[in-house]
Amino acid sequence: MTRFLRRRGWVAGLFILFALLLVATKIIQPGYGAGDFVSLSRAVLPYAFAVAAQTVVVIAGGIDLSVAAMMALTSVTAAAMMNGASPSYALFVVPFVLALGFVLGAVNGILIIVTRVPDIVVTLAMLFVLQGAALLVLSAPGGSAAEWLKALVVGTVPLPLLPDAVTAWFPKALLLLVVCLGIVWIPLKHSKLGLSLYAIGSSELAAFRSGVPVARTRILAYAFSGLFAAMGGLTLTMSTGIGAPIPGPYLLASVAAVVLGGVTLGGGRGGLVGPIVAVFVLRLVRTDLTLMAVDPNVTTIVEGVIMVVVVMLGAFLAMKGRSP
Amino acid sequence: MTTDPILIARGVAKHYGAVAALRDAALSVLPGEVHALMGANGAGKSTLVKILTGAVRPSAGSILIRGREHTVRSPAEARRAGLVSVYQEPSLIPDLDVLANLRLTDTPLEPFRTFVEELGVPDLDLSETARDIPLAVLRVLDLARALAIEPDVLLLDEMTAALPANLAERVLDVVRRQSRSGRSVIFISHRFIEIQALCDRATILRDGETVGVVDIEPGIEERIVELMLGAKVEKSRIKAAGIGASAKPAGPARLGVQHLQVGTKLNDVSFDLANGEVAGVVALEGQGQDELFGVLAGSIRPSGGEVLVDGARVSFAHPADAIRAGIAYVPGDRSEALLGHRSVRENIALPFSARLRNWGPIDMRREQLTVLKAIERLQIDTRAQREVQRLSGGNQQKVTIARWVASDARTILCFDPTRGIDVGTKRQIYQLMRELASQGHSVLYYTSELEEVQLVCDRAIVIFGGRVVDILPVELADEAALTRAAYGLPREAAPVATEAGMQDGAGAP
Amino acid sequence: MSNTVLPDSSPLPGRRLKRLMSDYPLVPLILLLVLLVAVLQAMRPGIVNPAWIATTIKFAIPLAILAGCQTMVMLTGGIDLSVGTVATMAAFIVATQGVHHDPGVAIAIALVPALLIGLFNGIGIGVFRVHPLIMTLGTGLIGTGFLQVYQRTVISTGTAVPPSLAWLGTGLSYGVPNALLLFVPVAAFILFLLNRTGFGRLLYAVGDNEHAARLSGVRYWQVILTLYVLSALLAGIAGLLYIGLIKSASLSLAEPLVLPSVAAAVIGGTSIFGGRGGYTGTIIGALILRVLITLLTVMQIAEGARQILFGLIVLLVTAAYLRIIEDR
Repeated sequence: MTRFLRRRGWVAGLFILFALLLVATKIIQPGYGAGDFVSLSRAVLPYAFAVAAQTVVVIAGGIDLSVAAMMALTSVTAAAMMNGASPSYALFVVPFVLALGFVLGAVNGILIIVTRVPDIVVTLAMLFVLQGAALLVLSAPGGSAAEWLKALVVGTVPLPLLPDAVTAWFPKALLLLVVCLGIVWIPLKHSKLGLSLYAIGSSELAAFRSGVPVARTRILAYAFSGLFAAMGGLTLTMSTGIGAPIPGPYLLASVAAVVLGGVTLGGGRGGLVGPIVAVFVLRLVRTDLTLMAVDPNVTTIVEGVIMVVVVMLGAFLAMKGRSP
Repeated sequence: MTTDPILIARGVAKHYGAVAALRDAALSVLPGEVHALMGANGAGKSTLVKILTGAVRPSAGSILIRGREHTVRSPAEARRAGLVSVYQEPSLIPDLDVLANLRLTDTPLEPFRTFVEELGVPDLDLSETARDIPLAVLRVLDLARALAIEPDVLLLDEMTAALPANLAERVLDVVRRQSRSGRSVIFISHRFIEIQALCDRATILRDGETVGVVDIEPGIEERIVELMLGAKVEKSRIKAAGIGASAKPAGPARLGVQHLQVGTKLNDVSFDLANGEVAGVVALEGQGQDELFGVLAGSIRPSGGEVLVDGARVSFAHPADAIRAGIAYVPGDRSEALLGHRSVRENIALPFSARLRNWGPIDMRREQLTVLKAIERLQIDTRAQREVQRLSGGNQQKVTIARWVASDARTILCFDPTRGIDVGTKRQIYQLMRELASQGHSVLYYTSELEEVQLVCDRAIVIFGGRVVDILPVELADEAALTRAAYGLPREAAPVATEAGMQDGAGAP
Repeated sequence: MSNTVLPDSSPLPGRRLKRLMSDYPLVPLILLLVLLVAVLQAMRPGIVNPAWIATTIKFAIPLAILAGCQTMVMLTGGIDLSVGTVATMAAFIVATQGVHHDPGVAIAIALVPALLIGLFNGIGIGVFRVHPLIMTLGTGLIGTGFLQVYQRTVISTGTAVPPSLAWLGTGLSYGVPNALLLFVPVAAFILFLLNRTGFGRLLYAVGDNEHAARLSGVRYWQVILTLYVLSALLAGIAGLLYIGLIKSASLSLAEPLVLPSVAAAVIGGTSIFGGRGGYTGTIIGALILRVLITLLTVMQIAEGARQILFGLIVLLVTAAYLRIIEDR
């Protein structure tokens, strides 16, 4: 039982924290309601995918500095392709962009394996490459998105049989997030590949001895990271209607949320739910501080402090655990 | 036993740079046989195991499984060929639960459960994370997982080492049954009792070569020990006459260890190290010697007992504390001590800069002088001195010692300093140890090469299972006596009185 | 297949070249720099003149100082991503405080946050053993936040770059950039520190083999704490110089220099794993980057392609360097 708490406790704690924050928000701003939650979900969307992209790689014992650049590239690619095209053409654009993300992610992984250059340097170099490629696709913010795609992230999900007061709390953006992540992550996590991801992150030697193909698994980890980043890029285009070639602040945010979400840097531990909830928590903190009329810039400080304190705490606990 | 062998390894060799870990190893395992693989520390057992399981590629030689030649590139391939190993460190993924670990390796659940129960772990929770499972149970699970795949050849590396007696018994039972059902087991162990009880034949390695294959029968221990030691080579005694017997200076011992305890690894260890003495420590792998040296070097905190320096109690929180007390540690693995990419000079001068007050500008001329003196004294070949990693193993080892000679440490803890280095360098190191001792330095000298004890040491402290089982005066510490003692066997033809005296001596020499 | 091993004294020609390069890693770097300059001259004859050289050096100096921070930190196996924030903070604060205070006081005030961030980094990494990447990313984030808050309090005062800094940053004396007056002592300091002091030895030692350093009595946290404080102070100084060069304070002034500073150190032959490298290589690395940027501009390559090339070159050089260092 204590084991269960230790393993799930972190995520449960995050959920409770999120609930408390919602209550606090309601107290600060009695008018905070479904509409605000819907816009929160929409704002969270690209962050959540960035975090998912980072999470996969970190679980496998790596790090990916190119997440934000990958999002920028996929976003402008989608926006440029859909510019002036028919709505049905978008049906082709979406899978194309997702495949692009997957392949470019795999390139990250292959470069790490082949060049034997540390992952930090490879993904740093890829950051420049992808950012440059994004600028080649669109030199300035532009392009457009199909209307039906844009509609996917606006408003709420019409649930039959349920009163509006309830459906108002089910934003389409949230549904999109859950479906997109779930469709990839749930089968992945329960497959042997998923186990292998955790295995190479937990102990490369033990994984090798257990017969895990370490190199292939690492490449696939980056490929899935690329896929999630492509989803993030698509949602950027969907919610803004255009593509912007300059990467947003998603790299920092993704690392912060991964850490806050209970995924150990170094790999092997944690899941996807924790980091996603952590993103919501971080965004809601920002909202609350704004509502409290606190300088919005203080939020950056708060976010940074949360991240640093959480990591220090984690490192401290790990140290204690090592020397009983 | 007229059937063809299921596994044959022929002429297997492995070189690491200029060092040969394995020269010419051969192994032949018959179906349904429990085959012991034996050899002293550093004989090449672990390298052969790594090659058989695909963790390391051999430099030469061939491996035949069921008569077909195989190139084993990974444990996964070895497994497909029917060879599964259980390593000393369990290979379950620490962050996955048991069930996930089974799925990862495609292990059928029901046989696994059956084996786990047979092995004496009745109420296993499959959802438990491997990290939270005690080591002994983890090893049993590792074994059960290997058994459940029904391998043709099962390789057990020191399987019973970390197990309590009741579990070990069960393991042996299961292995025996395994062989009765026609499967083969390669069994690596230091324990004669187990080998006697379990194995059909034994292959003995020495210095990277297979030196013999024997049938196990009563009284075979002596023959095996003989094979492991090799022909008794004539030894040129370097020991200067009388040093060992010279009167020890009066006053408190340089280093005192009293009732030292480290978890379950080290148990009530007591001995003294006098000024000007070289005390040998002899033990099989993993008997607690690492922990003993770790405590004295300030890397490990003891869980009980005391360490005294010059009669005063000390407690080290960091190697820096030990160094301040004049105790320097030369680890067995040179890569633990050296800055591979830095120069000989920087390596030797490293301790000079360690303390905060020496962080400032370096007096290059003085440093050069001190370093040169140490280099000369140890006769280090400095042709490739830009990067220590380019030096030969022997010269690297000299650098690790030279560092402390240059720093003039009063007590030096040497952990197997001659492992894997050439004869000439070995001699120089012996000579140096004696010289240091004659100048009043004290040396604690762990060695896996038993003949060294009589060349270098004044006494031999033998550790087995975390306890000091014997302290032999140098006259008695020949290889045969040390080997027996290290395997926990009583002294040969020892009168009962000495036996009792030995036990006392172990407590307070 | 026998037991004989190739004698060490007769390596193949290719291996000998490799060993030569790993013994003198600066040689290929200088060759690369010269090559780039030659290509530039060939493409646009006459572009390589004293004025161009002065400009290149002027812009390379702040980068080289930040890359100096990165070099020292990378020698221990770390990375300092907060240098951009620290430099920006120092620059922004000096520009705003310069309105009320005289330059000396303003500079002193500007270096206080650098000191604090350095301390914070050092404690997190040295004592709590937080991964340097995460720690410095976090403190960078916090620093940026504070800077934004600070900006609001001084929004009405405006900015004034102290003239002395402007002189130092942009001025030329006899065609030589004044910035060298600052850079030469800074570079000499770093080089002396790395090669001739006990502290410098420990940086290499900790990065090469932390365990060995520990066994020799080195206390990791002392080294790391000092290192990150030093790194932050140098980053602050780089920021002061940079504001003198750019002359307009912004909240993301030095941020674009962070990743190039890592790249300059990596190209200069400092291993991101620690223990290997030096500052001379880094300085050449910074120059190579600046020349490369000019070259890509002259080639009228689009900004995007320039970045792609930049990334690929960093990766290529690192991989090549790794091959030279490894398996000999």
